[in-house]
Amino acid sequence: MNKILIIIKREYLTRVRKKSFIIMTIIGPLLMGALFVVPVWLAQKEDQEERTIAVIDETNKVDNQYSDVHGLFYKKLPETPYTKFEYLPNTPLDSLRKNFSNSKYYGVLFIPSNVVTSNRAEFFSSKEPTIDVKMFISESLSKEIQKQKMIAEKIDVQILEKVKTNIGVNTFVWDASGAEKKSSTELAMGIGYISSFMIYIFIFMYGAQVMRGVIEEKTSRIVEVIVSSVRPFQLMMGKIIGVAMVGVTQFMLWIVLTIGIVFIAQGVMQNKLGNESVKSIVSQDVMTGAGIQQAQSVKADESGMGEMKEIFAGYDPRKMTKIIFCFLFFFLGGYLLYGSLFAAIGSAVDGEADTQQFMMPITIPLILSIIVMISAIKSPDGPIAFWFSIIPFTSPILMMARIPFDPPAWQIGLSALLLIITFVGTTWLAGKIYRTGILMYGKKVSYGELWKWIKYKS
Amino acid sequence: MEIFSARNIVKRFATQTALDDVSISVPEQCIFGLLGPNGAGKTTLIRIINQITAPDTGELYFKGERLRSSHIGMIGYLPEERGLYKKMKVGEQCLYLAQLKGLTKNDALRKLKYWFEKFEIQSWWNKKVEELSKGMQQKVQFIITVLHEPALLIFDEPFSGFDPINVNLLKEEILDIRKKGATIIFSTHNMESVEELCDNITLINRAKCILDGNINSIRERYKSNLYQVTFHGRFDKSMVKLSGDFEFFEEKKSEDKYSARIKLTNGLTTNELVSALLPAGELCSFNEIIPSMRDIFINVVKETEE
Repeated sequence: MNKILIIIKREYLTRVRKKSFIIMTIIGPLLMGALFVVPVWLAQKEDQEERTIAVIDETNKVDNQYSDVHGLFYKKLPETPYTKFEYLPNTPLDSLRKNFSNSKYYGVLFIPSNVVTSNRAEFFSSKEPTIDVKMFISESLSKEIQKQKMIAEKIDVQILEKVKTNIGVNTFVWDASGAEKKSSTELAMGIGYISSFMIYIFIFMYGAQVMRGVIEEKTSRIVEVIVSSVRPFQLMMGKIIGVAMVGVTQFMLWIVLTIGIVFIAQGVMQNKLGNESVKSIVSQDVMTGAGIQQAQSVKADESGMGEMKEIFAGYDPRKMTKIIFCFLFFFLGGYLLYGSLFAAIGSAVDGEADTQQFMMPITIPLILSIIVMISAIKSPDGPIAFWFSIIPFTSPILMMARIPFDPPAWQIGLSALLLIITFVGTTWLAGKIYRTGILMYGKKVSYGELWKWIKYKS
Repeated sequence: MEIFSARNIVKRFATQTALDDVSISVPEQCIFGLLGPNGAGKTTLIRIINQITAPDTGELYFKGERLRSSHIGMIGYLPEERGLYKKMKVGEQCLYLAQLKGLTKNDALRKLKYWFEKFEIQSWWNKKVEELSKGMQQKVQFIITVLHEPALLIFDEPFSGFDPINVNLLKEEILDIRKKGATIIFSTHNMESVEELCDNITLINRAKCILDGNINSIRERYKSNLYQVTFHGRFDKSMVKLSGDFEFFEEKKSEDKYSARIKLTNGLTTNELVSALLPAGELCSFNEIIPSMRDIFINVVKETEE
């Protein structure tokens, strides 16, 4: 037992003292913060390109002949500082067709004469228009046609403006005693999304470190000296646990640093982005990630900032502790499960290049977990989320995604228990492969070979 | 007194038998040679002695007790394929490996200080292993092997890859360590070192023991009644008496010398041979040819393969 501690200490110190660890510790939270801010910032920037769109409005045609009257949409389409319309009355579409890219127009909006009944317009350009432009045109046209229809039905447009409502829903969660806590679905989604992603990344990152360490010991041949002093299983466990502690250390440092950065960033963003609340940034990122299309940009919500602070403050510290504790548990459980398999692979090959054939069965459940998570997070209590959060190979990622939504304790317990049993199993299995593999060189190892190693008696 | 013995060791791998009823007996403070062609089973036996793998059947005894894991601290091992963590510092690595052998940190530091001073390599303490040349790494590996003052040392092909200076150094250290009370087992192809250093040997081929015992007795056993004689000046064969009782080989004649190998075919004593030759010329030197370990090795292996 003491020897395992010596090994753990060495594995831990060698990695924690590396420059790459220190750099990752600092960069990590910065990257996380950037992951939040950059997509939104980019989305805003994009739309500052100046565009002029030619409009050929044939709603003024009578019996397929041009008339002197202007089309329905003449100078009626709303513009932005960057996107403008230029109306070309009584101009045939074909006259613009040739050498269009040399003209000053971004594209041509062709409104057919029957647009009000057909509900279809056409856009011509030399390049595929961006989705924002397409949506903007569609919205502009729709709004204008709506207006026209209302006028035809004799509805006063001004009354309509007064009547428009945008209801916000504040969510509260009742706990068993009936006490009430303000909650936020977006925040829960955000936390579930991010933490399960982090588990995914950590498992890969640290599992790979274990594998590389095993391969290094094998290729440098030092493993033979070491196993004359300790049993192979002790070396394997020492390495797995040592690397686990590196991961936990890294995570703890990140939490501390990220909290610091978020508080600074909140203050900065409050000034720079004006009304754009932190909440909406979180929502946008999460929604985009979850594939929910946003037809409109999120409305600036003046109370949003205050709401955000309120939610963070009111976010039950017990719940936060629960989330952090569950993160650590499922990270460690998932890591121990996969880490031992990574160790086994490392022991079976003669170099990193040979690991490919064995990596597949390990990476597939992990990647599958993330793909499932992205949609399951929208329905955290649904059957897909449930099953994937119980099956040990996918549970670390999926259960973590569900935790902010307070799944029933028995489900968490069952998932945890199965995870523990499974990682004990994979560790035992890996141990058998490891103790034979580390001394075996030059053999091209197949799955059949691995199976034989598992059957060797101790 | 016997410090180590292996009895009736059998070890099979999936496709072949590596050791088939192999037994060795190593007396205390002996330098014991483990010989054999490549693939004979030597490394497998060595791994079994180091408890890296276990035999299928057979027993191992160390200092009179069944071999068990607590003996690890009393055995030192330098494998054939040697290696160190490249990116780890020399001093730190020696400490780590010493602690794995069971030394406390302070003990290890003390002993390392002694060895580093002895080899005059104190300046390497903070260097990374990859900064050392191969010869320097070999010295470090040697120190790691002997640091915990084991009673039994095992070297697998210790001279392979060592330059001649380090080979000498290693030989001296082996003798020195034996003088201090340790026992040494080493496997090698380097037959000169076997003759120089070993007291006892075991020759393994194709998983079986085909020869073992004390080196001198073995060489005596394989004597083939060959003698090397040199005469000054002329040699008159016709003057040799009892010529039916021996054969001449490899005769070399020159201006001032005549030499030949003589094989006795009939039970003549050495004295009788000398008397028979004396009349033929001026005897300059007369030697019994005792077979080298290399020759014995080749012959015995060939014999068993036929």
